[in-house]
Amino acid sequence: MCEHGAMVFSVHVDVQLRPGIADPQGSTIERSLPTLGFEGVDGVRVGKSIRFRIEAPDEATAQAHVEDLCQRFLTNPVIEDATIELQIDLGATA
Amino acid sequence: MSPRVGVVLFPGSNCEQDAFEAIRDLGGDAEILWHGDASIGAVDAVIVPGGFAHGDYLRPGAIARFSPIMATVSAFARDGGAVVGICNGFQVLTEAGLLPGALQKNRGLKFLCTTVSLRVASTDSVLTSETVIGQELRIPINHFEGNYTCSAETLAELQAEDRIVLRYVDNPNGSMDDIAGICSSERNVVGLMPHPERACRDLLGSTDGRPLLQSLLEAARIPA
Repeated sequence: MCEHGAMVFSVHVDVQLRPGIADPQGSTIERSLPTLGFEGVDGVRVGKSIRFRIEAPDEATAQAHVEDLCQRFLTNPVIEDATIELQIDLGATA
Repeated sequence: MSPRVGVVLFPGSNCEQDAFEAIRDLGGDAEILWHGDASIGAVDAVIVPGGFAHGDYLRPGAIARFSPIMATVSAFARDGGAVVGICNGFQVLTEAGLLPGALQKNRGLKFLCTTVSLRVASTDSVLTSETVIGQELRIPINHFEGNYTCSAETLAELQAEDRIVLRYVDNPNGSMDDIAGICSSERNVVGLMPHPERACRDLLGSTDGRPLLQSLLEAARIPA
């Protein structure tokens, strides 16, 4: 059961290298594609996808916590950006 | 009294014994410091050694920077203490915010295990004071993520403040401005990808790491 007022949000954080930061993985994949017969593909960038649940009194608080988490731990702000998707997890209990 | 150098051991470190032996060989006193302890005891300098601290999970150094010892190492560095991060240790120091920039995957995605030539670019740091500008050193590298990256502003600042201490003669990994090692604005924190501790005995093919670690011992002799 939820504690009074607590909500659970499921979170998806997409971590990508910032524009302009060289991506050796992306460019290696891109270079190998023609060898496999895939032509016309460009702009390959490799990132990370991180999912978790978080408990918070409301969505704005959850969003703020996740932003802090991304800034201080999940990304290296020198080279990476995070895109956060957050939704209420109705199936979870807090 | 011999200067005392603490070498931090994380789960996954694998160069701490090399650093320990090299410091002792050079007449220093060495001590292994466990990452889970908050104290660094009475050491005069700290080496954050190479390896794969905490499995390099998430990003190299990302989890190590939260180890209890890192708060103490950061405070020691802020008070002027000499701190050197070698390879994974360099990655830990950038993640901890003690040095600017980040270490990206090598250009070409190759894990590089070879000996390279470095050129001393600045002698004004705790790791290069006993060298000469332009001096070439043969030192091993052993990394996948050694491609130094930072913003254009940070690079301009490093250049203007003479904080690039070592450059690759023949850039192996795509590092900006051939950077192999940099120092903090106070010059007491140095990070480098090459391994001077593995180049301290003739048997290992080079002794060019000795003047670097000798510089650290000299810095450790002077109270911060």
